[in-house]
Amino acid sequence: MVIIEPQGLSALFDALKQKGYQLIGPRVVDQAIIYDEIGSPEDLPVGWTDEQDAGVYRLRKREDARYFGYVVGPQSWKKFLHLPILKLWEAQRDGPSFEIIPNDEPVPKMAFIGVRSCELQAIAIQDRIFLQGDFVDPHYRSRRENIFIVAVNCTEPGGTCFCASMDTGPRAQSGYDLAITELYDAERHVFLVEAGSPAGETLLEQLPHRPATEADIQQAHQLLEQAGKKMGRQLETEGLKDLLYDNLEHPHWQKIAERCLSCANCTMVCPTCFCTTVEDVTDLTGETAMRIRKWDSCFTSDFSYIHGGSIRASTYSRYRQWMTHKLASWHDQFGTSGCVGCGRCITWCPVGIDITEEARFIRENPVT
Amino acid sequence: MAERKKPKLAVWKFASCDGCQLSLLDCEDELLAISEQVEIAYFLEASRATVKGPYDISLVEGSITTPHDAERIHQVRRASRVLITIGACATAGGIQALRNFQDVREFTSLVYASPQYIETLKKSTPIDEHVYVDFELRGCPINKYQLLEVLNAFLNGRKPNIPNYSVCVECKRRGNVCVMVAHGTPCLGPVTQAGCDALCPSYHRGCFGCYGPKENPNPPALSERFTAMGWSDQEIVRAFRNFNAYAEPFRKESEAHEAKS
Repeated sequence: MVIIEPQGLSALFDALKQKGYQLIGPRVVDQAIIYDEIGSPEDLPVGWTDEQDAGVYRLRKREDARYFGYVVGPQSWKKFLHLPILKLWEAQRDGPSFEIIPNDEPVPKMAFIGVRSCELQAIAIQDRIFLQGDFVDPHYRSRRENIFIVAVNCTEPGGTCFCASMDTGPRAQSGYDLAITELYDAERHVFLVEAGSPAGETLLEQLPHRPATEADIQQAHQLLEQAGKKMGRQLETEGLKDLLYDNLEHPHWQKIAERCLSCANCTMVCPTCFCTTVEDVTDLTGETAMRIRKWDSCFTSDFSYIHGGSIRASTYSRYRQWMTHKLASWHDQFGTSGCVGCGRCITWCPVGIDITEEARFIRENPVT
Repeated sequence: MAERKKPKLAVWKFASCDGCQLSLLDCEDELLAISEQVEIAYFLEASRATVKGPYDISLVEGSITTPHDAERIHQVRRASRVLITIGACATAGGIQALRNFQDVREFTSLVYASPQYIETLKKSTPIDEHVYVDFELRGCPINKYQLLEVLNAFLNGRKPNIPNYSVCVECKRRGNVCVMVAHGTPCLGPVTQAGCDALCPSYHRGCFGCYGPKENPNPPALSERFTAMGWSDQEIVRAFRNFNAYAEPFRKESEAHEAKS
């Protein structure tokens, strides 16, 4: 582990650019911190933080000049790995037959700057979905293969965070090339950096740094220890899967449905939600056709449309499907929870429905 | 492809502002391709030259507001193999359906010097209250790409890709920051059907609901949030009483808050 000064960030960014990486990181846009292309450390949300609660997000000025003094925003890294809209292929009529033209748009080499621990876990979950098993997604793979990840450990959890409950944070455990802990106090402002891969190690050696002292490591450890205790939300996961399976007819689902807009925001912002729909489009002459994949959601009617109609017509059944998939059947399907405790579904629900509250209610009032 | 007879397209106007018909003329780059694929047989806004029916595809703009139009729409239906309504007037009664919440005779006596010559119905109603409609294309005005998609789908014998989910889905796919959650701006997006590619939220405005209620909407839950954000019942009435005021979920919501205010 080494210490780099804030100026070291510029060296890091330059080194990545030199290796041909497009830098993607946090920046302030439209009163929120989103993930976008960045050029230099000045583009980072220095001195900004976010206040989050159910259905509410507000950007605030910090008292200090931290680079990473905020938590996760409305977007997640999935927008770069699992594109919201993707042309799968095009077909051109050729006499009585047709020719398939694959989508071979060049995929950029991207370096993700400021990936939080919950987000690393979310990427690992999407890796399991898209890269493992019998059906590998070539589009996801081609993007994922070339990613360099600079993680940031969370020393100040947000109002809707509950990674400590999900065992997905606040310290980055794996899946990164470099991991940064921002150490900020009256005396100094430095970054404790740790390499998590050979590529990370090589890069780190190129940066101006000094070895970390025991005190540096201890300070980071303490900050992260405290952060784990300051989560804005909590979710009791013990026996959660069985609890939900045993309460599929709980009257509370109907109560949630009275508030739920079935607008699909929770699934759009969720870093693990991966569902898509496929649209076939033609041009007016019928000479060209395209197959396009778009993010879809289990909250729409068309999502569960099979011949004869939608099998989840009610909001009740859609919310239940989403939540039991995240917290219960995901375990059966992929071997982990589908929730990483990032809190986005709570913050970005326009009416502030809180998955941790709903789970708690069912736990405290089981019908079985 | 074997030479086929071009389908005949007709465009009809009822009570409306013509904006949706104009969307067809706005398809500048695609207009030539359209005219190669269909015979534009009846489209008074574009040409006085008309071809007799029957028509393969009729696009119907506007709502029914007069006894004469209530008759005429049946003639249009009889002359059309496929009838597609376009825009909020045709699919929900339009902005002129605001009369449905008041006494129209009072309006005519205020507006016209000789109201006895005005022959109008008490309500402005959508086309599907009068005749069978094959497909409804929403919007105020409609989106030209959606219009092309619908024409395209009918010409190619496939289902149109016109989703009935919320504006939020398009908004999030665009990567927009939610105006409601991050700015505290009331937005009808969560109860409104997609189709505009989240136009207003992309410019930091709340959605006005131009595309009418989405499938399975929940306006009472959204209103409750608007109230918590500081909106009065009057403001909620005005939000829902817009281009799609007479669409049932919006109508019920505005009436509920009118009763309270």
